[in-house]
Amino acid sequence: MTGNALLNDAPLLRAEGLTRYYGRRLGCRDVNLEIHPGEVLAIVGESGSGKSTLLGLLSTELEPSAGKVSYRMRDGEMRDLAGLSEGERRLLLRTDWGFVRQHAEQGLRMAVSAGGNVGERLMAVGWRNYAGIRDEAIDWLGRVEIQPDRIDDDPRTFSGGMRQRLQIARNLVTQPRLVFMDEPTGGLDVSVQARLLDLIRSLVADLGLAVIIVTHDLAVARLLSHRIMVMKEGLVIEQGLTDQVLDDPREAYTQLLVSSVLAA
Amino acid sequence: MTAHLHTPDAPPRAVPVPLLPTGTLLRVEGLAKEFTLHLRGGTRLPVVDGAAFEVQAGTCVALGGPSGAGKSSILKMVYGNYRTDSGAIWLADDDGAVDVAHAAPRRMLDLRRRRIGYVSQFLRVIPRVSALDVVAEPLAAEGVPADTARARAQELLARLNLPERLWGLPPATFSGGEQQRVNVARGFIASQPLLLLDEPTASLDVVNRAVVIDLIREKKAQGTGLLGIFHDADTRDAVADVVVDVSSFAGRPQ
Repeated sequence: MTGNALLNDAPLLRAEGLTRYYGRRLGCRDVNLEIHPGEVLAIVGESGSGKSTLLGLLSTELEPSAGKVSYRMRDGEMRDLAGLSEGERRLLLRTDWGFVRQHAEQGLRMAVSAGGNVGERLMAVGWRNYAGIRDEAIDWLGRVEIQPDRIDDDPRTFSGGMRQRLQIARNLVTQPRLVFMDEPTGGLDVSVQARLLDLIRSLVADLGLAVIIVTHDLAVARLLSHRIMVMKEGLVIEQGLTDQVLDDPREAYTQLLVSSVLAA
Repeated sequence: MTAHLHTPDAPPRAVPVPLLPTGTLLRVEGLAKEFTLHLRGGTRLPVVDGAAFEVQAGTCVALGGPSGAGKSSILKMVYGNYRTDSGAIWLADDDGAVDVAHAAPRRMLDLRRRRIGYVSQFLRVIPRVSALDVVAEPLAAEGVPADTARARAQELLARLNLPERLWGLPPATFSGGEQQRVNVARGFIASQPLLLLDEPTASLDVVNRAVVIDLIREKKAQGTGLLGIFHDADTRDAVADVVVDVSSFAGRPQ
């Protein structure tokens, strides 16, 4: 890819003045951002900083109090997401987007087999041939390093790291263009985290995915993201190139976050 | 031919910008920076003030001066890793020059892939990625087929005498000198016209230091411009065409 191709492309998603109150309490206020194809944006901050609220707004799970989110559909048209019909919105969520949640139980169907969890998304986009679906599911289980002989087991028998990898396969099998991730490595052992991070890193690069990842872990942001936004008390207080913000943080709060980490 | 300067991502500049003559890869003007340490009561730490120099194609410019004079910070500003308070860092690009100090993040990433490489002092290790892939990655990012990139990575690691049994392993457990050779190979494999070197021989023995000197000379012969910090005078004398004394740009303590 030439540099100009990268620079001239239009944004995939754009948020303008995005604001959300819970009653009188502020979730996040006046957030503006753009994400381009292939770009990984990390949203960092402590609990309560508004980062998960922002992710909910971007992914249409929450309705904004003010502001809007636009998305470039596969036909190239930039659409205001608030203007989509419920059917269009669901199709978007099932096909063009992925959402990897911190708790795999919330992103998987726990009583359905591993293969079924992956195949279900394919059926949702119109796959009908059973053998084809099964082959594709086995292929994806392999890509997330799950042995093919586990295809008929249900995820309740899987370890935390395996469940998370299965959730990733379920999300990526429809070849989405944009994936939201909410603390995807949270609560996992360090060695399991490292494996998962490396898997996410290589899949994102190979597939050219755009990713918006919420994390409180600066090492995760450092490893995965191109750009970073730092949130505090519902506001974006600092943003830029990931290594620049982490190596030369300007705001007092960012300096505190960076200095509080053992090695980021 | 004269390259026209423009900054697609920056607000229009009031002052007319100079033109970069052909062969000038980098022009740094009036560069100033200080750190404000909010966790230390807002202590201000001046780094540089008024740094100015150029790098021409096919030459190596060494940043000299005592430790703490801001050499490494200047290198990091040129790479967009540190912010710049004032001044300009003009980097030649295909269709004109770009001011790194004002380039948007996406533009900066694009410049790093195509125009400016960096051998940092320490390797930032990525879990589970082999030394060979760490080295091949910048070349693969240029669009070179994976096999070719890996073959070139093998050549470089062999030249730098990294034992072949280590190539397939992630460098996390390597010694300082082994990690530095991986880092050097990663920096030299790509073909960006400007290469920044932050003490590339600091942890190396005499034999491998000589290999790095050869690699630098080869880059110069290919027309690459280099901007480096060299802790030992022998290496510096062997490769540098110009030495810029950074202490003359020292930030004034307040």
